[in-house]
Amino acid sequence: MTQVNYKAPTTTKEASRLMAKAKGSAFLLAGGTDLLVRMKSGLIDPDLIVDIKRIPATQSIKKNDGKYVIGAGVPCVALGKNKGLVKAWPGVVEAANLIGSDQIQGRCTMVGNLCNASPAADSVPALVAARAKAVIVGPKGRRTIPVEKVVTGPGTTSLKKGEVIESIKLPERGARSADAYLRFIPRTEMDIAVCSAGVNLTLGAKGIIKQARVALGAVAPTVILVPAAARALVGKQLDDAVLAKVAAACEIACAPIDDKRGTVEFRTEVAGVLARRAATIAYQRAGGKL
Amino acid sequence: MSGVHVSTTVNGDAVEFVCPGGESLLDVLRNRLGLTGAKEGCGTGDCGACSVTLDGQLVCSCLVLGAEVEGREVNTVEGMAEGNRLHPLQRQFLDNAALQCGICTPGFLVAAKALLDENPNPTETEIRYALAGNLCRCTGYDKIVRAVDAAAKDLRREAKRKARQKSK
Repeated sequence: MTQVNYKAPTTTKEASRLMAKAKGSAFLLAGGTDLLVRMKSGLIDPDLIVDIKRIPATQSIKKNDGKYVIGAGVPCVALGKNKGLVKAWPGVVEAANLIGSDQIQGRCTMVGNLCNASPAADSVPALVAARAKAVIVGPKGRRTIPVEKVVTGPGTTSLKKGEVIESIKLPERGARSADAYLRFIPRTEMDIAVCSAGVNLTLGAKGIIKQARVALGAVAPTVILVPAAARALVGKQLDDAVLAKVAAACEIACAPIDDKRGTVEFRTEVAGVLARRAATIAYQRAGGKL
Repeated sequence: MSGVHVSTTVNGDAVEFVCPGGESLLDVLRNRLGLTGAKEGCGTGDCGACSVTLDGQLVCSCLVLGAEVEGREVNTVEGMAEGNRLHPLQRQFLDNAALQCGICTPGFLVAAKALLDENPNPTETEIRYALAGNLCRCTGYDKIVRAVDAAAKDLRREAKRKARQKSK
């Protein structure tokens, strides 16, 4: 193992500068629940680790003009303790709080979950369904992109050298809006999603769905948005016929792999079931009656 | 000097050490500070044998870098007893035979304390969920859960007694 140079800058700009000028292998450290495991198993041998947790902007959950901004270093446990956030975005919070044990919750972050770029990342489908954006600081300044543009494949992201995600931004939350996230694992907790679904809805008068976003996890190389499932929801009150269309649209969108966690057939069918159930939960949370 | 110099607080004591940038807090505690209560089971955050609290938050010390704890507060199993007086959790683990080989025990104690600090009256389900990040291959968990439940009762009784004394 080479000697690791550990840096803990206090601004995102400085973190970006350190990453940009790094010569060898350089890694950002948020919660470390993936990074330290990869170091331990010898998958990576960093020359430089840049810890972002001393940067104040990464450490807080703020609400500006009705929009939540969640710092990249905020551990997932803190999301569940923020009552306003839980009320506005129950699906995002339940997804983030499903990751690992209490010990892991105390460290793991949504931005780490995103940048680790696993197709099975729990918080990502919920963030994509929520229209979340990633605030990026890089050598050329700041830019904000939709979360679904960050991950490009298993283990790879669109971030350029020197780019650091500082925070996640959630859009303003109107009335009669809610989200939900469900995943399938073969036990009750502490496992990696076999497949998963995040649904985000806004209702209008008489429980008619005005806006919908449906995202699936672990059924493709990246988390996927399913516009066809959203189209099946918009303009309707939720009933069995609509839910059947949602499930069918999700099944068509699935392109999973066979592995020890599940077969292609199993993942495809269960993704549809989870989307249907998550839509039902989100609908009820938004005040819709079934 | 290629290491990182760190000043921190461990179990209430000011502590300084120098460690390589990539060294885990677990290795720092065990090999540099002589605190061998936290154990390495898996080294990947799955077993909880290395559980400690960092600024009051339960974490796996194998997934924290030593360099990260500058200015923080670390608490380990070594800080639980007051002198020779065992913490109620430690007493109840003994009374309920909630351990066999003992490798997982310090992690369970630290995790159980973190639970009771936040929730003094947990249900059995809450205890089981809170301890889900700690693996034990000997006991089958039942005795551990019973010990935590009994310690919670002890602590509540103690808190009541203290409150009564205060009001007098």
